[in-house]
Amino acid sequence: MALLEVKNLGISFGGLRAVNAFNISIEQGQLYGLIGPNGAGKTTIFNLLTGVYRPDAGSIILDGMNLTGKRTIDICKAGMARTFQNIRLFSDMTVLDNVKVGLHNHYTYSTLEGIFRLPRYFTVEKEMNEKALELLSVFGLEQYADYKAANLPYGQQRKLEIARAMATAPKLLLLDEPAAGMNPNETKELMDTIQFVRDHFHMTILLIEHDMKLVSGICEKLTVLNFGEVLAQGATQEVLNQPEVITAYLGE
Amino acid sequence: MYGKGWVWDCMSFLAHLINGISLGSVYALIALGYTMVYGIAKMLNFAHGDVIMIGGYVVFVAVSGMGLSPLLSILISMAACTVLGVTIERVAYRPLRGASPLAVLITAIGVSYFLQNIALLVFGSDTKAFTNVVTLPNLVLFDGELVIKSVTIVTVLVSIVIMAGLSLFVKKTKIGRAMTAVSEDKGAAQLMGINVNGTIAVTFAIGSALAAVAGVLLCSAYPSLTPYTGSMPGIKAFVAAVFGGIGSIPGAFIGGILLGVIENLSKAYISSQLADAIVFSILIIVLLVKPTGLLGKKVQEKV
Repeated sequence: MALLEVKNLGISFGGLRAVNAFNISIEQGQLYGLIGPNGAGKTTIFNLLTGVYRPDAGSIILDGMNLTGKRTIDICKAGMARTFQNIRLFSDMTVLDNVKVGLHNHYTYSTLEGIFRLPRYFTVEKEMNEKALELLSVFGLEQYADYKAANLPYGQQRKLEIARAMATAPKLLLLDEPAAGMNPNETKELMDTIQFVRDHFHMTILLIEHDMKLVSGICEKLTVLNFGEVLAQGATQEVLNQPEVITAYLGE
Repeated sequence: MYGKGWVWDCMSFLAHLINGISLGSVYALIALGYTMVYGIAKMLNFAHGDVIMIGGYVVFVAVSGMGLSPLLSILISMAACTVLGVTIERVAYRPLRGASPLAVLITAIGVSYFLQNIALLVFGSDTKAFTNVVTLPNLVLFDGELVIKSVTIVTVLVSIVIMAGLSLFVKKTKIGRAMTAVSEDKGAAQLMGINVNGTIAVTFAIGSALAAVAGVLLCSAYPSLTPYTGSMPGIKAFVAAVFGGIGSIPGAFIGGILLGVIENLSKAYISSQLADAIVFSILIIVLLVKPTGLLGKKVQEKV
């Protein structure tokens, strides 16, 4: 059984069928790419998967759990985490606190323990700090721990978003155009980071991307979306050589 | 004679200043409730002032009616207001999450009138004489030239402690971080697994508990209680929150203290009738010069 099994997913906005009969099956440990021209419905699919939108058809099964129509926070708890096309860090908070927000559901103490600073508050906060710093050092961000997130260089902000998503301990990591706005050097570094995340955490990753070099460099399988429907699906090189995919991207 | 008069002027100025700081501390406590709720839920809870009044009545009943100790009464009042605040949020505001801000605002005003009328129904319209719960001796300085009421000192100290505690809570705890995250980006917070509704409920709980404390201190300093006791301080505290920069916790504190001092000094040296007009004029001037308030941040629209 695949880790993520999506069948016949669809949603309409008014008269527009934004996503129609979308199927995808991702195996544990796979690095999977979702590509397509602008407006094809890629981010909409991410929003459907994470519960931001409710699908009006189809089903989403993650690791045997049916997540169709569930609330965003329950989907997050079930093991799906994501980054955003436009970086959405908590920019006024420190780098460390951003990661600690991601850790929120894995550590518990009550509000009253927090207000009165009872012993458990200190132990749990200390554990959270250690865990967050460990994650930051995996991404080479530990020296920025006390910086405001907004003050990080762009490439590091992208990394921090991935670190924050990883803090929620996901089974599946969704990356929405991680290379957007990056120069070739930064993109190269990002490819290394993504591959490292996959190997180091044995993570399954689904990513949306426009940068063909990145996609063909690291993705094992691809789904091509056009006008909300699947145009092609399969091993990366085969898919990229299909004439209809080339047409969709480059025109007649 | 000249020397004596100068000393007297000086002492009375000090007394007005200290009373202003004390009144301002109460405004600050109330303003914290406004500012936190605004920062996190992006709504103006105009019923907040009336929660203060309910807090006052609870202490009044507990102390004068049931003969409980002041400290215990305050704790009961805080608990009652916490429950009240969370209930108001759950019943009146949560169903409107995502509705237009105008609808929420009108609902808040409705809740405010509802609470006032409930109090009118239960306690009647007559003014209740509130027993000062601060029973410490007054502070006498300069051979009796300056007498500071104990309630004044307690008010200032309590506010400073609460203010510091709240700042630490928001900065250093899990729930505080969740609150900050929700206030910055509700959607992203939700996608990181933060329970937005729960976080907003905690915010209301804290704001209402502080309102109870403010209610007790206010009624102890000005010992009369009617169903409308909360509305004017509520509006002034709102002004204080805007003055300091709504959404900012230190802003609420500075705004509150400044407002209290300005109000008291205007009453003493200009005209007690004009004091409120002066307070509101200053608000208008501040907003004209710096629309985000003293410590408010400039909100940049995302493009």
